[in-house]
Amino acid sequence: MLIWDKTAETMPRDRLRKVQFDRLKHILGYASEKVPFYRESLKRHGITPRSLTSMDDLSLIPFTNKADMQASYPYDMFAIPLEDVVRIHSSSGTTGKPTVVGYSRNDLNVWSDLIARLLTAGGVTRKDIVQIAFGYGLFTGGFGLHYGVEKIGATVIPVSSGNTDRQLMIMKDFHSTALVCTPSYALYLSEALEEAHMRPEDLRLRVGLFGAEPWTENMRREIEKKLRISATDNYGLSEVMGPGVSMECLCKNGMHINEDHFIAEIIDPETGNVLPYGETGELVITTLTKEAIPVIRYRTRDIASLIDTPCDCGRTFIRMTKPQGRTDDMLIIRGVNVFPSQIETVLIEIEETDPHYQLVITREGAMDELEIRVEVNESFFSDEMKKMREIEEKIRQKVRNALGISAHIKLVEPKSIERSIGKAKRVIDMRAFHQGAP
Amino acid sequence: MQVKQISIFVENRAGRLEEISGVLEKENINIRALSLADTSDFGIIRLIVNKPDAAVTALREAGFTIRESNVIACAIEDKPGGLHRLLKLFADLDVSIEYMYSFFERHLEKAVIIIRVEDPEEAIQILRKGGAELLKAEQIYAA
Repeated sequence: MLIWDKTAETMPRDRLRKVQFDRLKHILGYASEKVPFYRESLKRHGITPRSLTSMDDLSLIPFTNKADMQASYPYDMFAIPLEDVVRIHSSSGTTGKPTVVGYSRNDLNVWSDLIARLLTAGGVTRKDIVQIAFGYGLFTGGFGLHYGVEKIGATVIPVSSGNTDRQLMIMKDFHSTALVCTPSYALYLSEALEEAHMRPEDLRLRVGLFGAEPWTENMRREIEKKLRISATDNYGLSEVMGPGVSMECLCKNGMHINEDHFIAEIIDPETGNVLPYGETGELVITTLTKEAIPVIRYRTRDIASLIDTPCDCGRTFIRMTKPQGRTDDMLIIRGVNVFPSQIETVLIEIEETDPHYQLVITREGAMDELEIRVEVNESFFSDEMKKMREIEEKIRQKVRNALGISAHIKLVEPKSIERSIGKAKRVIDMRAFHQGAP
Repeated sequence: MQVKQISIFVENRAGRLEEISGVLEKENINIRALSLADTSDFGIIRLIVNKPDAAVTALREAGFTIRESNVIACAIEDKPGGLHRLLKLFADLDVSIEYMYSFFERHLEKAVIIIRVEDPEEAIQILRKGGAELLKAEQIYAA
């Protein structure tokens, strides 16, 4: 298996820890010198680069939250003068003010290098023709991947997002061998391919690198089968850089975190305590080399766990699981933490239903009631009530096993749950009306 | 000897049944028999119509979830004991009926029992041996 930067990516763990510790001390000093926000928050907690004695002291450093980033709009988190900033990206701002992020020349060099690692890990070489169907613009996906492809010397086709017919035409006529986009768009393209009466044999596609949204193993299998490619996942967020924070190798068992540039921790979202490897909680990231915007202990709000068992690919970097949900999505039902994505995982395993669902939470007296509306799949619809009740019972049991709470299952007609292009309205929490707005 | 039955999945909400009858009216399709099984959340409507294929196409186009299945239609005397004699044929051989419903056929002046079983072929043999009057699909659709 190919590795882009063998020295860094297969560094022995003890040496890596030392690199991380040295860089952490440097970035703390740098951030408190250049960014008033960090100067004040570190001072308040009595943290100086010298006060750190080991990596364990990381847990003493205060977190940075999304709200802190939003409050710094547009440039207050920048550690370098604007004349040294060579690129600006920004988050979409769907949850409030957009977060503006800047990059120095060196930040862009590091970023393309990390994307080169990502592409190589997913099987891309300089011989590949890479079609980038991520949007080019303020979103970090398009430009982020673009310069990594150029760095490894492969051919880049910057199609940008949308216009599916043209994507397919270019894919066929330009002999694209690698596809970069969101997993849901990859699935959509595979369906459009069928509708256009084209077969995967008509294309030269061999690998796909998909990211920017959560997806399941089932989706991977479907994309790989329909497009006849090997598909890998990657992870990143604009606040800390964009894509390239972590990436899957061809072993496909978690995403290697580029630990020479980022420190990843998992914390309990309620208490803020650091959790050991293997436990599920909120992912926290510290950038070690970013110049324009150093970010210290950023709470990503993504729920994941870290894997430190060795990987067959030879990389020594620990891995993170696919994000299993968002802390903002977390529901507390009868005292149990529930993520809508857990229910999706259950439904994907049940062939009689489509994974289109909606959760309705109500309160009867002091008791929370969870209703899961699930669309029936026509091929399993039976004229016998007994069989329909069996499907309901099967879902009820699997949900109880997975979540530890019982739910009322309501089968609904196919396509009756509203589809929205962006974020689906998965949860209707009626309790808010009784309790006052949350 | 088997009759085509159309089953439709319907959520329990106001106006949904009316949408089904509306589609059938528009296509000039006559309902010969109907039964409804329901829970508090959803129902299954089973229909015997004079033009099953056209009905399936129209209902699917209207977005309904549909299952086609084969049922048996038996004509019985519309008198006390008529149904009992028919059911005894099944009971004696320990064949279970999934569900059944009935309607009155004015041309034959008989009651028609629609029966759904696991294995229609087996049931037809039993009914034939027992001397039951099985109706052909055309007899049901044409009337």
